[in-house]
Amino acid sequence: MTTPAPRALIELDHVSKFYGNIKALQDVSLVVHAGEISCVLGDNGAGKSTLIKIIAGLHRHDAGTFLIDGEETTLANPRDALDRGIATVYQDLAVVPLMPVWRNFFLGSEPTTGVGPFKTLDVRKMRETTRSELLRMGIDLRDVDQPIGTLSGGERQCVAIARAVYFGAKVLVLDEPTAALGVKQSGVVLKYVAAARDAGLGVVLITHNPHHAYLVGDRFVLLKRGAMSGSHAKDGITLDELTRQMAGGSELEELSHELQRATSPGRPDTDDTP
Amino acid sequence: MTTTEQPPAPSGADERLLRTSPLRRLLGRPELGSVVGAAAVFLFFSIVADSFLRASSFGTVLYAASTIGIMAAPVALLMIGGEFDLSAGVLVTSSALVSSMFSYQMTANVWVGVFVSLLVTLAIGAFNGLMLTRTKLPSFIITLGTFLMLTGLNLGFTKLISGTVSTKSIGDMEGFDSARKVFASEWTVGGVEFKVTILWWAVLVAIATGILLRTRFGNWIFAVGGEADAARAVGVPVIRTKVGLYLGVAFAAWVSGQHLLFSYDVVQSGEGVGNELTYIIAAVIGGCLITGGYGSAIGSAVGAFIFGMTSKGIVYAEWNPDWFKFFLGAMLLLATLLNAWVRKRAEATK
Repeated sequence: MTTPAPRALIELDHVSKFYGNIKALQDVSLVVHAGEISCVLGDNGAGKSTLIKIIAGLHRHDAGTFLIDGEETTLANPRDALDRGIATVYQDLAVVPLMPVWRNFFLGSEPTTGVGPFKTLDVRKMRETTRSELLRMGIDLRDVDQPIGTLSGGERQCVAIARAVYFGAKVLVLDEPTAALGVKQSGVVLKYVAAARDAGLGVVLITHNPHHAYLVGDRFVLLKRGAMSGSHAKDGITLDELTRQMAGGSELEELSHELQRATSPGRPDTDDTP
Repeated sequence: MTTTEQPPAPSGADERLLRTSPLRRLLGRPELGSVVGAAAVFLFFSIVADSFLRASSFGTVLYAASTIGIMAAPVALLMIGGEFDLSAGVLVTSSALVSSMFSYQMTANVWVGVFVSLLVTLAIGAFNGLMLTRTKLPSFIITLGTFLMLTGLNLGFTKLISGTVSTKSIGDMEGFDSARKVFASEWTVGGVEFKVTILWWAVLVAIATGILLRTRFGNWIFAVGGEADAARAVGVPVIRTKVGLYLGVAFAAWVSGQHLLFSYDVVQSGEGVGNELTYIIAAVIGGCLITGGYGSAIGSAVGAFIFGMTSKGIVYAEWNPDWFKFFLGAMLLLATLLNAWVRKRAEATK
């Protein structure tokens, strides 16, 4: 897999991560281009979280190379990642529920006025920007002063995405943005993901839902037990094949056999009780 | 137009937004419960204690409130930041002891002791903060440890150096009068005596409120108390914020300690035990959530004022002071119940 003419925003090449003697991630490669969505698919424990923690600067990789704009890097902390234009939106820890929407929107990058030790928050600008930026993403907020915990899960994800776009992120990493959402809300979030892509951002979408991934994704990386089990461009794979690989292919067939056997006697099989 | 469509919603107004009356907005403030409580306590003692409404009593009540309020403000900020400081009470005594003993043993001018004490007190605050952020143990355990160690050090060192449980008098030393002016003077307005601690209290609460609501650091305090992991993920320096909060508590402990020293001239080394809970209770009555992420510095001032009124009101009513603790417990329970209800509303559709 060689780098195409436009340089990749992020390129991971055979990256590995160990926790003690546990291989959490081994030889995983991933390319993210501007205006494209790269999906990372995998079941629970496949190493998805470890992968985004490396990209987001929460953990450091132990082997392989991590290129940002073609330059080899090891990120020191999340601030470092943000400064290099990598914004990560986590499924559960994207926001501080008790704080108002406008305080959340600017958290960590608050604008100030005044000089020296008398710098104060530019509250007016913070409120107005929050309202207009969310409106631009199509979120018409009732009240920017309401605690963000009162928004729905989908709205909270969208605020977090709007925040990342506003602060000039070049790469947007989304951790299971649709995992806890209903069908309609998932659709709304995916629409914003596509909007971010159209705005020229490179997106890393982590999910265990191949249907959502196939709707918006340009390339797909499949993880299994910490290792890469497949890497495909969109034109190289069908949704059915993606779903099959994601579900474990042959393992799925085995499972369907077992289930048939288990349900046939009329009562559940007692073999599986320890 | 011949269609019978509904007219579009008037632009500018949002049909989903119910009109919020000013009253409803007020109900959302963290200080609300404490203000209602303060009014009730004031009314109560106005009725049962004749001398409570005298102007001179007002100065006394405010003084009692200020000695608690100076500490309650930074303790409230710390609690909003999601942490406790059980060592805050004895740290006040430690600060006074260091100042007194250093001045007596080492120099001729008390101001040197005062500044050495500032450094030592801040160092203890930094120790609390760094231990907490490095070990990731609960602050309850860390500061309980500091509390016990300081209690022992206070008594042990004082007995070792001066042979008794109290320090030597430093009243005749150079700089004592000027230091007394700063930390323990009083002035009279219209026949009512006010202590300088009231001024310290007002300034500290104003600064704490300004920091909390109008600075980046204030935004970070709410964030690290509300959801530290989310805060770290968006680039908030969680460790620096928490250590800063402990330094704030230490600074206030230094002010309180110097007041203790310069108003009585000698310091009893066993003092301060139990006060840490008083500060926490004042902050909680003032609307701070025990779990962090929500509260106010002004609320802590109202909480301290309730303390002042209750402790002095019971004396003016000529009751046995033992009743004070009962009042305190009842206040705390009511305040916590009200806060829990407020939080539920704030997080409504989680």
